[in-house]
Amino acid sequence: MTVSVLYFARLRETFGMPQEDVALPDHAASVAGLLDHLRARGGEWQTALAPTQSYRVAVNQDMAEITTPLHDGDEVAIFPPVTGG
Amino acid sequence: MPVRVQEADFDLSTEINAFRADRPEIGAVAAFVGLVRDVNVGSAVSGLTLEHYPAMTQKALQGIVAEARQRWAIIDALVIHRVGRLQPMDQIVLVAVASAHRGEAFQACEFIMDYLKTQAPFWKQEQTPEGARWVEAKASDDSAAKRWTEK
Repeated sequence: MTVSVLYFARLRETFGMPQEDVALPDHAASVAGLLDHLRARGGEWQTALAPTQSYRVAVNQDMAEITTPLHDGDEVAIFPPVTGG
Repeated sequence: MPVRVQEADFDLSTEINAFRADRPEIGAVAAFVGLVRDVNVGSAVSGLTLEHYPAMTQKALQGIVAEARQRWAIIDALVIHRVGRLQPMDQIVLVAVASAHRGEAFQACEFIMDYLKTQAPFWKQEQTPEGARWVEAKASDDSAAKRWTEK
């Protein structure tokens, strides 16, 4: 299955892209699975997405948890804690 | 419950007048306006760029307003949040809440602002003499939002 992953603010700059399509094996079909998959790229991915770092994940434009399941075609956004207002 | 995200500035009087027009049941309007300051965490700030997640912003703000409507007997709420490049003294955000009496309006207005600060997908990047820097989220904003769940 494939999900569309969006990056915002500092993470967009760190990864050098605003969006990418990521193919995930079916056994990794959750937010946790996607994060593991991205961290396995090493370098900035491993550092910036380490569990000790502060960031948020939204699935289909709703705030998500680490256990939120993913489905083919989902839009996943990964971003730093928000600072609007 | 109008929610708008825009680059353009807004005029407080125009917005409030339109918001309460032809609604004689409104007895109170509480409004909050957030502004760009010229200093933050010890550095001079010459400007600000506000980034957001367009597909999610509207949905998140609507959700926060809907939550406020469940908690308080308010008549309506208005949220305007600006994005793009801003300068010190510019207006960033307007939250206005209308109700029959002041208590609900005051509380719902503060609730919407507290949740907006921690839930709505906006990010500020400041221009300082040391270069551009992303604003860090504040723990005090998290505590401000959390106190509404402890009541």
